[in-house]
Formats: sequence, structure tokens, C-alpha cells
Amino acid sequence: MLWEVDIYPSEGQPDLIARAVAASAAELGLTENLSVAAARGYLIQGDLDRQQITRIAQELLADQVVERTVVAPVGDETLTQAPDGQQRLIHVLPKPGVMDPVADSALAAIADMDIQAETIRTLKKYWIGELADNRLEVLCSKVLANDAVEQVIVGPLDFRHLEVGSPYDFQLVTVPISLMDDAALERLALEGQLYLSLVEMQTIRAHFDELGRDPTDVELETIAQTWSEHCSHKTLAGRIRYKGPSGERHFENMLKETIFAATQKIRQDAGERDWCVSVFEDNAGVIRFDDKYNVVFKVETHNHPSALEPYGGANTGIGGVIRDPMGTGMGAKPIANTDVFCFAPPDTPSETLPAGVLHPRRVMQGVVAGVRDYGNRMGIPTVNGALYFDPRYLGNPLVYCGNVGLIPREMSFKQPRPGDLVVAVGGRTGRDGIHGATFSSAELTSQSETVSGGAVQIGNAITEKMLLDVLLVARDRGLYNAVTDCGAGGFSSAVGEMGENIGAEVWLERIPLKYEGLSYTEIWISEAQERMTLSVPEEHWDELSELCASEGVEATVIGRFVPTGRLLLKYNEHQVADLAMNFLHNGRPTVIRDAVYNGVRAHLVISGGSKQVAIDRTSALMTKCALTPILGSLNVCSKEWVIRQYDHEVQGGSAIKPLVGVTNDGPGDAAVLRPVLDSRRGIVISCGMNPRYGDLETYHMAASAIDEAVRNCVAVGADPSRIALLDNFCWGNTDRPETLGSLVRAATACHDVAVELGTPFISGKDSLNNEFRPEGADEPISIPPTLLISAIGQVDDVGRCVTMDLKQPGNHLYIVGLTRNEMGGSHFAMVESLTGGEVPKVDPKYAKGLFAALHRAIDAGLVRSCHDLSEGGLAVAAAEMAFAGGLGAEIRLADVPYLTETEGKPEEDLPTAVLLFSESNTRFLLEVEEDKAEAFQDMLEQQPFAYIGKVLDSDRLVILDANGSPAIDVDLETLKEAWQKPLRW
Amino acid sequence: MSQPNVLILRAPGTNCDAETAFAFRQAGANVELLHINRLLENPGLFERFQILCIPGGFSYGDDVAAGRILGNQIQHHLADRIARFKAAGKLILGICNGFQVLIRSGVLLDHDAEDGPPATLSFNDSGKFEDRWVRLDVRGTKSVFLARIDSMYLPVAHAEGKFVARDVRVLSRLEADKQLVLRYVSQRPGSNGVAYPDNPNGSMADVAGICDPTGRVLGLMPHPERHIDPTQHPRWTRGEAGQVGDGLKVFKNAVGYFS
Repeated sequence: MLWEVDIYPSEGQPDLIARAVAASAAELGLTENLSVAAARGYLIQGDLDRQQITRIAQELLADQVVERTVVAPVGDETLTQAPDGQQRLIHVLPKPGVMDPVADSALAAIADMDIQAETIRTLKKYWIGELADNRLEVLCSKVLANDAVEQVIVGPLDFRHLEVGSPYDFQLVTVPISLMDDAALERLALEGQLYLSLVEMQTIRAHFDELGRDPTDVELETIAQTWSEHCSHKTLAGRIRYKGPSGERHFENMLKETIFAATQKIRQDAGERDWCVSVFEDNAGVIRFDDKYNVVFKVETHNHPSALEPYGGANTGIGGVIRDPMGTGMGAKPIANTDVFCFAPPDTPSETLPAGVLHPRRVMQGVVAGVRDYGNRMGIPTVNGALYFDPRYLGNPLVYCGNVGLIPREMSFKQPRPGDLVVAVGGRTGRDGIHGATFSSAELTSQSETVSGGAVQIGNAITEKMLLDVLLVARDRGLYNAVTDCGAGGFSSAVGEMGENIGAEVWLERIPLKYEGLSYTEIWISEAQERMTLSVPEEHWDELSELCASEGVEATVIGRFVPTGRLLLKYNEHQVADLAMNFLHNGRPTVIRDAVYNGVRAHLVISGGSKQVAIDRTSALMTKCALTPILGSLNVCSKEWVIRQYDHEVQGGSAIKPLVGVTNDGPGDAAVLRPVLDSRRGIVISCGMNPRYGDLETYHMAASAIDEAVRNCVAVGADPSRIALLDNFCWGNTDRPETLGSLVRAATACHDVAVELGTPFISGKDSLNNEFRPEGADEPISIPPTLLISAIGQVDDVGRCVTMDLKQPGNHLYIVGLTRNEMGGSHFAMVESLTGGEVPKVDPKYAKGLFAALHRAIDAGLVRSCHDLSEGGLAVAAAEMAFAGGLGAEIRLADVPYLTETEGKPEEDLPTAVLLFSESNTRFLLEVEEDKAEAFQDMLEQQPFAYIGKVLDSDRLVILDANGSPAIDVDLETLKEAWQKPLRW
Repeated sequence: MSQPNVLILRAPGTNCDAETAFAFRQAGANVELLHINRLLENPGLFERFQILCIPGGFSYGDDVAAGRILGNQIQHHLADRIARFKAAGKLILGICNGFQVLIRSGVLLDHDAEDGPPATLSFNDSGKFEDRWVRLDVRGTKSVFLARIDSMYLPVAHAEGKFVARDVRVLSRLEADKQLVLRYVSQRPGSNGVAYPDNPNGSMADVAGICDPTGRVLGLMPHPERHIDPTQHPRWTRGEAGQVGDGLKVFKNAVGYFS
């Protein structure tokens, strides 16, 4: 019998789901006042009588105070009676095989009531009032369901039974590549979703020719996963022939020779004071924190899955990156999440969307909800992030998720041993996420949704939380020798990596499955979430097994690390793979890729036709108008709508929150938390990114991103000699030499700036091929080169940190750092539709001295507030400080220190607009109490700085130009409203 | 007895257990964290504790409804033990998800045989999870946990915290019995009533926390364990935090009750 339980809000209670649907329908322009009623429901299959199902509905599924239920067997007409006279009934159900965690929990809870149900599926039910058929279709596909993971049934349900999976009949599949010519190999690579190049396919064919046999399907899949861009980073860690204006450079391993090299140099220079522990080796970078602990940090991207299914993609993006610290060393405890997203503007007109592209507003809402629901359930505060908007992210949004972990110092390394058991812990394996690793290395097309829907995973945070809870206990009891997460490539990657230097045998039929019917290959390459792999000495297995069982976590012996140097896969008595680890990990052919940088120079003069006048220092009008548009631009405006949906205080260590100020809503520069509750020592987390500079010059974009991340850290009080960095490159198709050239330039900048600043890179990740090809288009749309720099700093005592909000009328305002005529890529240029101009540059030697001096002043308690100057420059920083503190200010541009020499050509003065809005790096605006001014000035003696104004007990921001006339004179309410309005959803 | 033993109940998805344990230890208690499975196996474990605390988090993922599955487990398997625990004059505290569990399990307010639960915690009117700081007033002297506290400044972080009584009768009965002990208050001077976001979820009568008829059981949506140290205050850099956080007193009151 298949029962249905529908749950509606009872009379007088708000129908929140219906309200959201009606709002989305209005946003899409479908209809203004759509009549909607919504129910959540459960399909429950089993031998149950009405009394039992009624009990389940009342005691478990519905809230009797605010909800009412309709209970009947599927097919009964009471289920198809509209609550409010609406005409159409729409059911939305997860597609078969898609994770349904609520259904699983409900099944267990029913068993706890001593009632046995067979299987459950959740559903959503919508009753829709008058709406034309074509509009209803749009409503279904754009609002109610996502075709990648959900099915829509219009009208009554057309089935009376839930499928529970069908048994799998073993059949060994071999792929006859020995007989294939090159064209056939290429076809196989594409149609089999292996995404390998012809040379790689040829190498595989030659390898098996030598062995005198054809590969099995699972052997081919294993090689494709291991050799995928996602897992091997073959482009950036590969050979590159780079041609630039200053000649040619050959890289054997580009990453090693730029970013890793910087870290090596810094570590060597530090000698005994080296505070890096494990870099670019493990699943996350590891650095020293205090006498007891190290901290680990990793940032990943989950772009392609999020483009298809924003909620699931982001959900598993954060879920996946949390497993990186958990799988680092012997396992770290996750203590903070970060999230940075790039979308097309949310006001993009629907009718301009290419086929197969979700609306950016929906992508953004889905992504934010995905990170929220996973991060919050894991009990990890999401403390830092950014949102960035550009139309080129339309088909290819970027979703960066990061996680910081805390690990006892002696637990920071791992070593699987021959003879250890391979143990799978956590979630079960299903068909979700097949081909994720290879798919993430492919270009998206309008067809991606149908071809790669299986690559989308849905997470279940509680499974991961339960896994985390037992993992840390097992770690402290010493029950395993090594741990790693099952990420891209699933067991294939996890076991392949752990056993690389030993060899492993895996018994695939033992791996617990979510449902029947998976082939041995699907089991092996599935990227089902919430799974980790342990290397367990046989004598500890019983204790580990018991520990896991005691908290309801599944642990299964699935194989053994055996010193054969081979990867042997068995399914019952059948051997299905036998690969040499050496071929798997070292057999990939290396090709030399070409990279070109043409050294195109940006125009020196910023221009925009008649708007040339904009930067004339005599024109005050234009500058007045520019401040509020910049504050209201999507990249600068308040992100409170996102931030508040994340629990940023769980674990109790929050010391500087993402929102600060007199009404808790100003934009903090960096988050600070105390990971050890009985200690004052803090971790500082910030980021830097500016793709607009990358359109002009990726070298300076990268340098600026580093400067921004570091100065955000320093602004709240971090010690600049203890800041570590992470790089995440998201680029277009690097098969084009120009695109690869722009990436090499950025990596070179990372090297140069990191070495000078003494800020080592400890981990990184790249995501290439971020391009989208609309239907029928010849040329794909590439994202702008997007480098995210994440920074992790430290403070001895969080009690010495500062925030950016103005504190006290009468206090002095200082600008620290030199302003240059650097308006290229600026937000001023953006809102005024100007092009050209100099991109901001970084002088890292000077920056290092300035950061150190500023830190000494903050640490000595001489600074009441501090804000970094970034998008929108001095004017935006001053406005943000003022409205965050609820205090006015008067600032004199006449005293702002600037560099009058641009590219060797002296300039007389800087125009007012430049002083206000230039985005020159390494600058801060500070508030200092009058009686500390002298001490502060002494401490900054060697640095360029100036006393430029005062905090006032007023509600206006006044900025006077060089002549003393007001260039800006606006009330704080106007400024704050402009800043808060755009994303106040 | 000067140092009471606190049982902090863990379940799959509990996530505020460590900081809640820290808060109780700061207040001078002995603390032990136990998984619900241990108590289901051996309900006798309750005996050695004086205080039971169900901390915040997402027990069982908040699947079906927040706190429902753990609440049902307690109702089905541990109701007698908890009733004895209460009758013995011991204390029970539910924070956020713990409040949801206490209200769903009938530990905080007795369920009527006919009408079911008298009150619930439903979805926020805003329709989403929100983390923000709220100003709270303590009403009356009934709750042991809130003794000698007038007001507190604490964060809330939840999606399902809207207090809804079944009907006006229930609400006035709870009010008359002085069980509506913790209320959201306006943070804007001169405003009429307590509007969003000061009442962050749309709770009836601005209720943030309630106690049982004895005053020894308290459930509240705000997180006192997140305001123990002054640097947890969102405006400590503006000099607005005290020597210790407002939340510490809740735990000290519980510990002090046994001294």
C-alpha cells in the first residue's frame, strides 16, 4: 500500500512556501498575484493501516499547532481537492536515485515508533490558480523544480508503487581500444565522458597493447579520473612554453616554479622560525598556531555542479571542502567556513538568458541556501566571504568554498601501512556524482544539464557531522594510520592516492549501497557525498567498528593495502581491474603547452568621450554623483542578506564578526575567532579578489588581490609576519595560449609578491575551462580571469583587534599609504562607464614595511578603527566607516599623500576624482584618539601618512577638495540606504 | 553539594555541545557529554546528574521538523526518566534546538490528551535562518535559570523559532502562570511594540523563552553560551561589553541552585 500524507498550514497560519512561489512568479513577470497553496508531503509505502498512518502523520510528520494533514492512499480523490479553489495540481519529487535525507530520517523515526514502513519519498505539492499553460511550464521549470534532480508530475500521481532499485547482474565489460583508430579514441573520450586528450588515449592504448589485453571499463575510468585536470592539475603543474614581452621562459612544472617556489624561499629564509608545517602536500595546507595546535586551510571550487543545480552544487561544495581538513594529517576539526561567489547581475532580464542557463538570481538564492543549510548543520561558523558580479559569469557561476581546521600538532601527518585494512566510513554509495571529476574539466554547454545531470550530488550534512564526531574520537584513540576524503573520483581517487606508494586490493561488493543495481564501475567512481577512507591496522578494527556503531555511523572493511605496487579491484570472485600504481600516477604523457602574453598596455588616460571631464579636478559635480552609485554597486553593496543566513557564531569563538558597528551592520574587513575557548589567541580570515583589474593586466590583478587579502587581515590587527595565503585560479580555456599566458602572468605575480611580503602560499586549487557555449553560438563565453586569494592571519590576543566603524567624535582621521593615479578597472570607471586608465600596482617591499608599522600601532592600542581602501577608494572607505559608526566626518583631500609620478611622467596634482576614488593598493583609513596622535605618528614615522580630518558628532560625510570646497557632502542615511538597498531581499 | 554534574545530551547533528560545556564549566559545574544512544541503552545514567542540558544544533538534521525526531525519541523512550528527574527537583535547560526538543517532547509543557501540544516553535516569519543579536527582558522570578537577571543581550541563530500557542486561552494561561519568562524587546527607543528584527521570528507575545510550571525547566531560542566572554559581544570594540558576557549568569544560576 502506498499512502500519502499532505501537510498544509492550518487556518490562519502563513503559507511561507506559497508566498515565496508567488513572489518568484512576480519577479519572473509571469503574473502579479498568483494564487498558490503549497503542501509538503510524504509517500509512505508499506503494510500500514489507517490508524498507523494517522498516528505517523500526527505524532511525527505534522505540527499539530500550526499544520493540518490530509492522509489517504495514493489515488484517493481527497488528495486532489484544492484547498482554495485553485485549478492545477503540481507534484515535485526527487528523481529516483537522488538523495532524500528527510525521507531516510522519517523512515528511521517511524521504526522508532514500532511501525515498519518499507520505503518513503518526500514530495512537494503546489496548487496553482489561473495561469496560461506556457507560463505554468515556465513556473515549473524555473521556480518549482530543477530538472537536474527533480521530476514534475502535473495532476494526480500516476503511480501506485515506489521503485526500490533492481538487482545488478554482473557482467565484465572490456573496452576494445586495441582495435580503435585515433578518431574512435577521441569519440570514446568524449562520449564516455572521460574527457582525455588524444595523446592520453594513445598512451593508454599503447600501455594495454604492451600488456597484450584490452582494459576493462573500470580500468579506463580509473585512469581518466586520476589523469583528469581536476585531480592531476596537469595544465598548471605541467610543462609550459611562455612567451612574453621580456622573452621566453620554459616551465617544467609551472606551479612548482612560481607559487610553491615562493613558499620554499620563505621557509628557507625563516630557518628555524619556519611556521609552515605541511604545504601543497596534503588535502589542506598546515601552519603553526600555538604550542598545542596547528591550523589547516583549504579552499575549493564547485562551479560546474552549481551551474546545473545551485543548491546541490553549493551544498556539496561546502560539504566537500569541509572533508579536506577532516582528511588532512590524521584529521582536523573544522572551525570556520568561507564562501566567495561570482554571479551574473541578479537583475539580468529573463528574456536575454540563453537556453540551458538558470537565472542568476535563482542561482544566487540556491547557492546561498546550499552553503547555509550545510554549513549551519555542520555547526561550523561561516565567517568570511565575498560576492562578485559580472555578466560573463552568466552560464558559468563560480562557487568557492573554504574551510579552516584545528589539529593537534602531533597529528599533522599520516602514513598508511602495508597490511592495513581499507575502511570506508560515513555515507553510502549511490549513483550520484558519476563523472564529476572529468565533468568539471569540460566546457559547459546548453546540453550539460541532460548529459551530466548525474554529476550533481545532493548532500546530507548530518551524515557528515556524525562522521566528524566519531572521526575525532577515533583519531585521539589512535585507531587508524591515515585518513583521506572521498572527493572527486570517489573511492577511485581516495584509495588510489592512499595506496600510491604501497598497492591496494579492494572488494567492491562489500561497499554499502544506497540501493541495488549499481555496477562495479559505478560503485568505484561514484562521488556520493559524506564518505571517507581510513587505513586501519587490523588489531584496531574491532574497536573502530564498535565506536562507529555506537553513534550510528557505518564503517566497512572494503579492502587492504598490500605491498604489490598494484591496484587490484575485485567484485565477488571476479577480478575487474589490475593496474600498476606507477602507470596510474606517473604514466600520463606530458605535453608542452604554449602560453603567450602580448604585453598590451592599457591606455594611460582614462576616457569615456565627453566624460573626460570626470577626472578634471575642477569638476566637483561628477564626483558627488559617483559615491552613491559606487556604494550601491553590486560588488560594494551590503551582503547582510547572505551573511545573516549563515550561523557565523557557532562554536563560540567569534571575536570580530563579519558585520560590525553601532547597529551591527557595517562591513568588517576580516573575521577573527578564538578556536580554543580558554585562550586569547585568534585566527584572522580574509580574502581579496578583483577580476576587473584582470581585464587590464592579470599580473597586477594577482598582486592587488594579495595586497587586498593581506591588508584586510592587517586592518583588524593580524600580525603581517604570520599570514599565509591560498590561491584559487578560475580561468577560461587554457588551450588558448593567450588565456594560459594570462594565468602564467598571475602565477608569476603570486610568486613575486608573496616572497617580498613573506606571506607563504600553503594550498591552492585551480578550475580551468570555465566557459559556456550558448546554443548555436560559435564562440563560448569565457569568465574573466578570476583569482581568489584567501588569507589566514593570527593575533596573540583578540582583545587588541580593531573594527572599521567610527567610534568617537573628535578623534583624528589618518590616511596611511600613497595614492596614485590608478583608475583602471576602478569602480569609479565602472559607474561612470569609462575605460582605460592605469591598473593599481603593488610595491611589495614598501607594502611590507607599511603593514609592519601599522600592525605595531594597532598592537600598541593606538588605533580606534581601521578600514582598508579598496573598491571605491578613500570616499567609499570613509562613507562605510561613518555610517557603520553612526558618526559624521570631515576629510581634507589637500593633505592626502600621493605619488605624482606615473610611469616616469611627473604629474602636477592628482585630480579630485582620483584622490577620492583611486584604488591604489596598500592604503588604510584610521581613527586615532587625540591624545594618542603623537605616539601614533611616531610609530608611523617611516611611512607615508597624513592627518586628514576628524570624526564629528554629525550625520554627514563631508570631503573637501584641495581648494577647501566640498567635493562630497552627503548625509549618512542616504549613503547607507544606497549601500544597503541593492541586495536587501 | 557544591559542584553539580551536568549532562549535556548529544544527538546526531548536535553542534553547540562544546561551547555549552565550556559555559557550564566556567560557571563551576562538572560536565559530561553523552550521546542519546547511551541513554537509550541505559536510562539509569540520568541518576548521577543534577542538570540536563539539550544544546543547540540540528538534531537529526531538523529533518521533518526542528527537534521533532529527538523529541519523539525522548517522548517514546525516556519520558518516565525525565519525569522522575524533574520530580527530584533537578534542572533541565534547552537552548535553541534543545528548546525545540523540549517543547516537542512534552517535557516543558504537558501535551493535552485531546488537543495535543499546547504550543510550538514554527518557521520564522522571515522564511529563513537568521543569525542576529537580540535584546531580552526577563519577566517575573519563576525561572531558576533567570534569577536576578533583568535583561540580556544574546544572539539568536535559527530558522524555526516562532513561538505559537495553540490558541488565546493557552497563551493567557501561560501568561497568568508566569511561564512566559523571556521576551524580545525593542532595541529602538520610542518604537511601538517589538517589530522585526527585534522580535526576530514573529513570536506571539514576543516570547523568546518559557519555563515549566515549576520554574526548573527552561527552554529558550537565544544562545546564552555564545555570550560568555566579552569579545563575543558584537560591539566590544566600541566599549559596550561588560566584564563578562550576559549569558554566563544563566549557567551560574543553574550551578548556584545546588550550592
